[in-house]
Amino acid sequence: MECVFGMVGNGFAVVVADTSAVNSILVHKSNEDKIMILDSHKLMGTSGEHGDRVQFTEYVQKNVALYLFRNGIPLTTAATANFTRNELATALRKNPYSVNILLAGYDKETGPSLYYIDYIATFHKIEKGAFGYGSYFSLSMMDRHYHSGMSLEEAVDLVDKCILEIRTRLVVAPPNFVIKIVDKDGAREYAWRESIKDTGVSSA
Amino acid sequence: MSIFEYNGSALVAMVGKNCFAIASDRRLGVQLQTIATDFQRISKIHEKLYIGLAGLATDAQTLYQRLVFRHKLYQLREERDMKPETFANLVSAILYEKRFGPYFCQPVIAGLGDNDEPFICTMDSIGAKELAKDFVVGGTASESLYGACESMYKPDMEAEELFETISQALLASVDRDCLSGWGGHVFVVTPTEVIERTLKGRMD
Repeated sequence: MECVFGMVGNGFAVVVADTSAVNSILVHKSNEDKIMILDSHKLMGTSGEHGDRVQFTEYVQKNVALYLFRNGIPLTTAATANFTRNELATALRKNPYSVNILLAGYDKETGPSLYYIDYIATFHKIEKGAFGYGSYFSLSMMDRHYHSGMSLEEAVDLVDKCILEIRTRLVVAPPNFVIKIVDKDGAREYAWRESIKDTGVSSA
Repeated sequence: MSIFEYNGSALVAMVGKNCFAIASDRRLGVQLQTIATDFQRISKIHEKLYIGLAGLATDAQTLYQRLVFRHKLYQLREERDMKPETFANLVSAILYEKRFGPYFCQPVIAGLGDNDEPFICTMDSIGAKELAKDFVVGGTASESLYGACESMYKPDMEAEELFETISQALLASVDRDCLSGWGGHVFVVTPTEVIERTLKGRMD
């Protein structure tokens, strides 16, 4: 069951997603990266239908790049989030995307921000949020331990607490997670939390 | 569960002496889960016209964007703000356009019309207007709100007393509805000023 969660800290935002690609009872792979880096200072963690997820996130990524090419300046996180919501809303009554999105970004003027965008295009700016069955555990952990202005160490500690809770209490808990952060220095992968390593194909 | 009850909402508007008040709850939920406790349901159209949108949050956001667009065009053409009665007709027409694939919203409109005469109305999701002289309600807590308003309302209240009445009616009603609550947001609008207040009620 797909888990995505994230929070805003002191000058950064962190997004965590599980990394399993599942089809019914079969796990295709356990190192699927579900957090797309949209541009230098934006991340989009997504959960949902695999095809829609990849198609839609790539569509947003390319449109963000196009804006930069055309206008010479990058889109703000708020503008990107609103664009994403409007694309989902337009598609909703025609050909809906089943993708839940947590969009994190860092803007020089406004600092870090996190946006919750539902698969039916419900849009809200949040400090902490989560999707999926894992949200029942990660949201409660964050409600208990989160406070605004957390340092990176505190935030990653809370992320680890959430991951531990998901692993302990969710019946089909995903084994591996990826953590990505975005701050003034840009959007990047922070760490993986693996409990099952995907071994390569052994040579004959 | 009905699509109107997916996100949860509570809205109420009341008429006072040369003033009106419009209030909403602050919960944004996804069925049983609470996503945010600071969701804005009431938006300003112009200084003396406010609209609250209950029901499905994504449609409320889409509808609000369309209405702001239409009002801005009106302002450009007519070089003045829309009267509340006119705006109510506009909302009704826009909703009926989608008669066989409606926006799942219930608007509550409140404004000061000619001679600062207060105007309130509500409508269903396909634009059937209901004008009232005293109060209008909307959202998942509407039944409780009808009862609370009927017992607490009296005509020709001044701004302060109106604020007290609408706040008590809102808080009492959302406490009986699990899908709405987490505080309240009240706007009291008089010909000279707009007072915006946040209420702290039972946070559950």
